[in-house]
Amino acid sequence: MTMGAVDVELLREVEQFIYREARLADEHDYAGWEALWTDDAVYWVPAADTTDPTTQMSIIHDNRSRIRIRIRQLETGKRHAQAPPSRLCRTVTNVELLGDRDGDVVAGANVLVVESRERGLTLWAGRCEYRLRRGDEGWRMAGKTVRLVDADRALHTLAFLI
Amino acid sequence: MTAIAWDELILPDRVHGSLYTDPAVFEAEMERIWYRTWVYVGHVSEVPRANDFVMKSIGPQPVIMTRDREGTVRLLLNRCSHRANQVCAVERGSARTFRCPYHGWTFSNDGSLLGYPFNSGYQGLEARGELGLAQVPRMETIHGFVFGSFAEEGETLLEHLGAAAEAFDRLARLSPEGEVELTAGWLKHRVRANWKMLLENETDGYHPQFVHSSIFSVAQSGIGDLYSDASIALSRDLGKGHTEADLRPEFRRRGVPLGWFGTTEERLPDYSARMRAVHGEAADSILVDGSPHVMVFPNLFIAEIQLFVIQPFAVDDTVQHVTAVQLKGAPDMNRRLLQQTIGSVGPAGLLLADDSDMYERNQRGARVRRPEWLVLRRGLHRERVEENGQRSGHVTDEVPIRGIWRHYRSLMENGA
Repeated sequence: MTMGAVDVELLREVEQFIYREARLADEHDYAGWEALWTDDAVYWVPAADTTDPTTQMSIIHDNRSRIRIRIRQLETGKRHAQAPPSRLCRTVTNVELLGDRDGDVVAGANVLVVESRERGLTLWAGRCEYRLRRGDEGWRMAGKTVRLVDADRALHTLAFLI
Repeated sequence: MTAIAWDELILPDRVHGSLYTDPAVFEAEMERIWYRTWVYVGHVSEVPRANDFVMKSIGPQPVIMTRDREGTVRLLLNRCSHRANQVCAVERGSARTFRCPYHGWTFSNDGSLLGYPFNSGYQGLEARGELGLAQVPRMETIHGFVFGSFAEEGETLLEHLGAAAEAFDRLARLSPEGEVELTAGWLKHRVRANWKMLLENETDGYHPQFVHSSIFSVAQSGIGDLYSDASIALSRDLGKGHTEADLRPEFRRRGVPLGWFGTTEERLPDYSARMRAVHGEAADSILVDGSPHVMVFPNLFIAEIQLFVIQPFAVDDTVQHVTAVQLKGAPDMNRRLLQQTIGSVGPAGLLLADDSDMYERNQRGARVRRPEWLVLRRGLHRERVEENGQRSGHVTDEVPIRGIWRHYRSLMENGA
């Protein structure tokens, strides 16, 4: 992609998808959020500068079936680390089309999440990369990677959908 | 500092809430436990080559674990002998020397002082040997697990471990080559809670059915049954503050090799074949019994498929480090160990996020003025003393917590 040749229509569609994903996560709309994923999805929050989640620890490394388990657990209402759920407000900025990978659109963005729990306010900041696919029913997410700025440090519990 | 009346705060069936909330208690623990007894630091596989180093800790104290150019593992303290600057600012790497950024003093990775700039200013300073980086006074290893002690003298590591030493044998023999490797890196999980909340929870068999019911139900996990009222698993006080949830009776009753890991030999054919080739007839019992669930006082929790390290920073600030157990010579097993660990533990873990929420709720509760005490009497009436002198009970009984406090009290009263 050359500078100045941004596909503005595509960018707007991608932005709208990303904003919707952010809102569903903030609102704990678990079913709505889960429905965004494709069957081959990978949801990854690396630890430190990890590049290989098959040999190195990650904060989250979910395939589609583990995403389902994570969501079902939240839906029980007995996921204590989210009972009551965190109050969340996230800002997603710097949305940028980064190219395509095997037909999927790759987009980048920065995210800043403010989480409120009894512990107090926690700030979560990171760089997101989305792998998006257009299907019959609109856009879906085949991958989301969140590289937290403090992923190499000691983190508080992160039990909401980042 | 006014003397703390430990005998009034620690009773056989209850402990006082201030033990979790009083900064003076925390300071006393640093001196009498963390800077005196043996503390787990790291594993030799984290510094596999000469000149490798990795940042570790003993309580709040930063320790650089190095493998020097001769291949010897050392525990150096991260403090320049000149003006106390930190000589190492990165988590891991390879370095023959550490150069202090403040005035350029340079130390070998064995800790010795190699030199300082403008050395005419140090005329008459012959005792360069005294100005190396400080080292943790004592270091010993078991199966590659490196322990350090700030006490210049005292019992050996094996004396300290006592009955818990066997847990390292049990863990290592799960590798076809008899070696554990910690190569997957660590997650660091911070909780606003006292370190003893974590220590006690690690072998508490009463909480899983309640704290973890959400994940047990959706993942159709068999783990919950291990901690049910009908379970024949045992809780055990191994002595010296070390404790265990001994799940082997349940695994033996089920009798499925690799059942402890929620799988079967068919699903791990390479690993199973290697283990059977190495262990012969003993392979069955090794693969049925599985991995230990042992809390090594004060900071290393061998949690079957992962290892936790407890690091206290303040009376209500603790970091729990966690990594997946990796077994030398078992690549197919290691992939599953890692992915199962990632799913379970750390800040977003399907299990540990809920434990950490309990720690923080406990901590807030302990600050409430009444009833002042935390009750430790579950199973007191049915506690057994085994032939070897160890106390045991039903897996949901608070035998381990009572054992921890018995040892804790002996260490704290032996202070001065």
